[in-house]
Amino acid sequence: MDAVATPHWSRTRPQPSALARFFDNKAVLVVACLLPAVGLLSVFLTYPLGLGIWLAFTDQTIGRAGQYVGLENFEFLFTDPIFWSAVFYSVFYTAVATVGKFSLGLWLALLLNQHLPFKSMLRAIILLPWIVPTVLSAIAFWWMYDPQFSIISYVFKDVLGWRETNINFLGSEWPARWSLIAANIWRGIPFVAISLLAGLQTISPSLYEAALLDGASPWQRFRYITFPMLLPILAIVMTFSIIFTFTDFQLVYAITRGGPVNSTHLLATLAFQRGIPGGQLGEGAAIAVAMIPFLVFATLFSYFALARRKWQQGEGND
Amino acid sequence: MSNSSTAAPEAMQWDSKARRMVVLWLPLACFVIILLFPFYWMSITAFKPDAELYDFATHNPFWITSPTLAHIRKLLFETDYPSWLMTTMMVAIGSTFLSLLASTLAAYAIQRLRFRGSQYVGLGIYLAYLVPPSILFIPLATIVVQLGLFDSPLALILVYPTFLVPFCTWLLIGYFKSIPYELEECALIDGASRLQILWQITLPLAVPGLISAGIFSFTLSWNEFIYALAFIQSSDNKTVPVAILTELVTGDVYQWGALMAGSLLGSLPVAIFYSFFVDYYVSSLTGAVKE
Repeated sequence: MDAVATPHWSRTRPQPSALARFFDNKAVLVVACLLPAVGLLSVFLTYPLGLGIWLAFTDQTIGRAGQYVGLENFEFLFTDPIFWSAVFYSVFYTAVATVGKFSLGLWLALLLNQHLPFKSMLRAIILLPWIVPTVLSAIAFWWMYDPQFSIISYVFKDVLGWRETNINFLGSEWPARWSLIAANIWRGIPFVAISLLAGLQTISPSLYEAALLDGASPWQRFRYITFPMLLPILAIVMTFSIIFTFTDFQLVYAITRGGPVNSTHLLATLAFQRGIPGGQLGEGAAIAVAMIPFLVFATLFSYFALARRKWQQGEGND
Repeated sequence: MSNSSTAAPEAMQWDSKARRMVVLWLPLACFVIILLFPFYWMSITAFKPDAELYDFATHNPFWITSPTLAHIRKLLFETDYPSWLMTTMMVAIGSTFLSLLASTLAAYAIQRLRFRGSQYVGLGIYLAYLVPPSILFIPLATIVVQLGLFDSPLALILVYPTFLVPFCTWLLIGYFKSIPYELEECALIDGASRLQILWQITLPLAVPGLISAGIFSFTLSWNEFIYALAFIQSSDNKTVPVAILTELVTGDVYQWGALMAGSLLGSLPVAIFYSFFVDYYVSSLTGAVKE
């Protein structure tokens, strides 16, 4: 009777199909929405992470399933001078490159934060080293570090006349190490600068005005306003930067492949060399697993050391 | 220091032109020159004939007197470069699409469906971003072999989302947060289903976020190296960065002209793509850091 009295009512809002109602159930929807992301991450990230730790305790090689060998891989590595040299260089590379990237990146961010013409174009140009595939810019560095036809040698030798001979960038231990660090800093500056610039732009100008009225010098304004206000963002950017510098692979693999005489191996390149071309999957995994404590330590250190101030000020995380 | 005029430049009379030159323009020019020089050198090498390339005494190395396309011709017609480009493009587009799909749904679930424990799922996805590929490539290689995907670009399309999804999800959570919840409530009252709301209201409003996430994913997958190096063996299926390093570097005599031409051509697509969307890119980079 109702349907006869108000026939158009039932047509204006058609009953959704069973499938649509099924997907409107919140629990179903949550599971359906999370499934692709969580599925992908568990299959290709969490599971391999666990498998990697397991492999580190086996003697698996390419084409042969491994047996559990306990700490044998680690015992072998701890007596291996190449492993220790890779540990040393990874730490050294990360430390020097991080200091370089952050001091130069902060400087560049401060420069870009001033009133400039063509600001957005400058910003776009500066990000280029970050956009371009690292391996490709690394090959350009490799060419610039060429023992015979290096343009840098040319500038120092023939243009400026400061040197008699070509610089042998990649031929011996320490020059090769410093050359790689320089390339890493070059690649890292844009990211640091642009992130810190975003942080700088959130600092209220009224703080600087107040400081100016109080007669603060430029250095004091930097030390007591800019730097503390920048610390939270600095902590996050530095955490990321340290993690990805420590586990860097591309630059070293492209420019030196760990040479000369294994002096520029990072843990990641050593793990690759032993694991994939060398076929010793267990040993390679052990080297990769050896990175984890360093990463956890670096993350905790940079996060707690730098982000402490934010808690003291009691700011929210949002 | 150099932040002298961050506040009000007109308030500082001592900020003379000469001073500004020394503390601002000079360092800035140095930065720009150093940051761009490798690209200049890459481009100029790509068009230089070999005679000029290896003779600094009679030719100024900073300029080309007789530009040539020989290196590029060699690259395009004597190597598999076009097929490498196609593979890279396919892998980048495929993994970008996959990770956008997965992360949009995940971000919507975490930010808008507000189920119990959603913040822990969010934190878990964020932590996934802190796991670098260098730790994962060896076990992943064994998994890829077990799945029968070794030497197939499909392996890369499936694996790249591991580092794309965390970033994109985080970025999109931020974007969804900025869309007023009232809009969704209105739609709910009007009888829209949750999926209709996502498709017709939230997503159109989140388009800038989707573009940022898409560009970011595309450039990151274009640049990826270690997985592509470990999982791909045959020349046809290699991506550009891997192929240049493993196929063009042959023997002891490096073909610098061809190498630089390859690097230049491999960088151009991302550079062009990026130049169209710089502002989105910068906002995604800085937005994700601020989150």
